[in-house]
Amino acid sequence: MEQINTQKQYDKLVKEKSPNSPILRDCFNAFWVGGLICSIGQIILDFCIFKGMDATLASTVVSIALIAISALLTSLNIFNRIGKFAGAGTLIPITGFANSIVSPAIEYKSEGYVMGVGGKMFTVAGPVLVFGISTSIIVGIIASIF
Amino acid sequence: MEFIQSIDWLQLLRCFITGGTICIIGQILLDKTKLTSARILVIFVTTGAILGGLGIYQYLIDFAGAGATVPLTGFGANLAKGAIESVKEIGLLGAFIGGVKASAGGIAAAIFFGYIASLLAKPKIKKQ
Repeated sequence: MEQINTQKQYDKLVKEKSPNSPILRDCFNAFWVGGLICSIGQIILDFCIFKGMDATLASTVVSIALIAISALLTSLNIFNRIGKFAGAGTLIPITGFANSIVSPAIEYKSEGYVMGVGGKMFTVAGPVLVFGISTSIIVGIIASIF
Repeated sequence: MEFIQSIDWLQLLRCFITGGTICIIGQILLDKTKLTSARILVIFVTTGAILGGLGIYQYLIDFAGAGATVPLTGFGANLAKGAIESVKEIGLLGAFIGGVKASAGGIAAAIFFGYIASLLAKPKIKKQ
């Protein structure tokens, strides 16, 4: 190995040894996993409409199906492995919301079913619901004025 | 296998690209800021509700289908859309009813499956 004498040489060495731009790789993984989850949703949606369901109901079926799948994968401890690899790819779709409920529900089981499972279930989902629902109420109130 | 023939592949591609792009925005927030994942989810759901309320998000849904509804922004947009539709039907009270009503399936499913999963699954033992 060559001798490191200057800061410049050191920087060059660090650049060579460190993995090349992890953010690009992270974004790529998030892109295709997230896209794939949405595509699975689209296929379920198309199938429901193909079977004669109306669009709103079909959309609800998609949510429930994806939530059920992520609950299953979370309890089998598979979801966390995919999540580590995909980052926002599994976090941003509704699967991330489901995982944020199911994961603490399992983890805090030892603290009892009422305050452990029932309470800790909403550590992440609670804020999401608070801000989501509050915003929608404000939107509704504004809509009722105009 | 009539269904497979009926799949609109171009629509599926638009869905894939849009869904993936929304996830990239989340990934950049994860990597480049110190925001926790909970805050990012809150940002996404709130943004979705605002864009839904302004009627902008509907264009994305028309373009990408599930690519726009499956990400959490779609959840927010659905809340806002439900609130607006309900307000049109029953007035101000609808603001409090419509949003949750439109998203009730997803919320209830997440709670129910979470509870069932906690009954069936064992907490994983953390390796030190």
